[in-house]
Amino acid sequence: MTDAVMIPRPAGLALRWTGAALVAAALVLALIGPLAVPGDPFAQSLIKALSGPEPAAPLGYDHLGRSIFHRLAAALRLSPAIAMAAVLTAGLAGLGLGTWAAARGGWTDRILTILADALLALPGLLLVLIVLAIVPGTALGFWAGLSLVLWVEFFRLTRAATRAVLASPAVQATRLLGFGPVYVFRTHIWPEIAPMMLTAAAFGTATAIMAIAALGFVHVGMRAPTPELGLMMVELLPYWREAPLALLSPVIATFALLLGLTLLAGSRDT
Amino acid sequence: MNTLMTRGIQALMVAVLIGAATFAMMRALPGDAAYRIAAGRYGYDNVDTAAADAVRAELGLDGPALPAFLNWLGDLLRLDFGHSLVSGQPVIAEIGHQLGASLSLAAVAVLLSLIMGPPLGILAGLRPGGMLDRVLLVVSTGLKAVPQFLMALILILILSVQLRLLPAAGYGAARHFILPALALALGLAAVNARIARDAMARIGAMPFYSFAQWKGLSPRQTLLRHGLRNVSVPLLTYLGLQFVTLVEGVVVVEAIFGWPGIGHALVHAIFSRDVPMVQGTALCLGLGFVLINAVIDLVTGRIDPRRAA
Repeated sequence: MTDAVMIPRPAGLALRWTGAALVAAALVLALIGPLAVPGDPFAQSLIKALSGPEPAAPLGYDHLGRSIFHRLAAALRLSPAIAMAAVLTAGLAGLGLGTWAAARGGWTDRILTILADALLALPGLLLVLIVLAIVPGTALGFWAGLSLVLWVEFFRLTRAATRAVLASPAVQATRLLGFGPVYVFRTHIWPEIAPMMLTAAAFGTATAIMAIAALGFVHVGMRAPTPELGLMMVELLPYWREAPLALLSPVIATFALLLGLTLLAGSRDT
Repeated sequence: MNTLMTRGIQALMVAVLIGAATFAMMRALPGDAAYRIAAGRYGYDNVDTAAADAVRAELGLDGPALPAFLNWLGDLLRLDFGHSLVSGQPVIAEIGHQLGASLSLAAVAVLLSLIMGPPLGILAGLRPGGMLDRVLLVVSTGLKAVPQFLMALILILILSVQLRLLPAAGYGAARHFILPALALALGLAAVNARIARDAMARIGAMPFYSFAQWKGLSPRQTLLRHGLRNVSVPLLTYLGLQFVTLVEGVVVVEAIFGWPGIGHALVHAIFSRDVPMVQGTALCLGLGFVLINAVIDLVTGRIDPRRAA
């Protein structure tokens, strides 16, 4: 169903580059920003609370007098790091299980598909919340919960594509020539699923960052004083009139990061 | 019938998964669950060993894991959720209260998104590459990248803090619906519009569509007789899949706007480790997804009989 409505657009490549540029900009701010302007995301100076930008704090100070620039940079390292770890785990698990299910068929395939379908029926945020309650440590919990949610998409894509490839005459010929499963995977299956994997990985990262921010925003995700995008927004929301820039910084950063990842993923509607 | 079987198995697996997850949650709770529950019931100042022991005996918190788990699943499959650990009310009654509020919010949101998204998408799809199509692509891509909580935040800032048009939170009057429903609907509408646009562009380019116009039907008649029905199939299928997004949105948006619904209850239940409530609400949401998709399977089979065969 998903790829049946795809219509290639000439603008696709330009959009992808825009997306890559946006993601790169967020990462540059996160990684190089603190090197260019040294500072501590936790250091408080109550005298400067909610005051405007100055050279040591290019985005001003929050309600506790902490530099928003450095908190934002730390937040932009935290969420993408958790998201990418989860996507990597989920991608490997989905890839492995998907290929396995497609190659083995029978009950292996049936049970894994039923499991994936059941997970698909559960809202991702709910699973993440439950795992967060089980696993000690918030970052670890997010990683485990998000991996559990995200592997399904990789599994479904891999399984569908691999089944089609394995049934093709080319694979049959390869097998008759005596090549093993590793060779079949490398020359036939991987080239087919690699582009899909990249798209799914970009979407998965966006989903994960969204989930971390959303739960932070409703006070059930990362705990204060950790700098986290959603948490920063909800902390700064009461001071909107005094310091609009303070609230807008995490909002714009989150939007740019998510938009970049969506564009990078390409024009596939989910 | 085959699709219904699949959905039935899916529903059963959903129940088992939620059972396993909540059981693990119960067992893995840090500290003694009995003390925690006793604190939730009687207040933190009134907890002593006697109260905790009473709770432990009442809920059977001791004992080996496997029989307890099977027992747990048995209760779940008989739809016997027990009582909320915090309020002491039966879980079913609590969910009954909250489900109505959530359903009405979700229904208003879906309705709003259907009013906004598909008509624009169909108009854009009738002229692929046109002005409307390009504008819609930009707008919907932008909207899709805004998570629902961020949308809620932006709407609150603009409409209730700056312009003072609408209340930022509350429940009861019709105007309380507008902001939360809009926060959910805009994201859904962005996706709906894209799907309608792609489907319309695909169908508009098919030979049968040109033939309908060639034999003398006006563009309007062609769209009404031959276009809409074909567009509605992918739209409905996606609407079913979007239900998960909607539920996630409901959980977050209810928490932000203080909406007394099932999502709000779920967040609170997880926060206070009220496992029976978590189980009940989670099961309700999961089975809701399966049910809605089963209905959509049947409806799309009716609209497009080729799929049912």
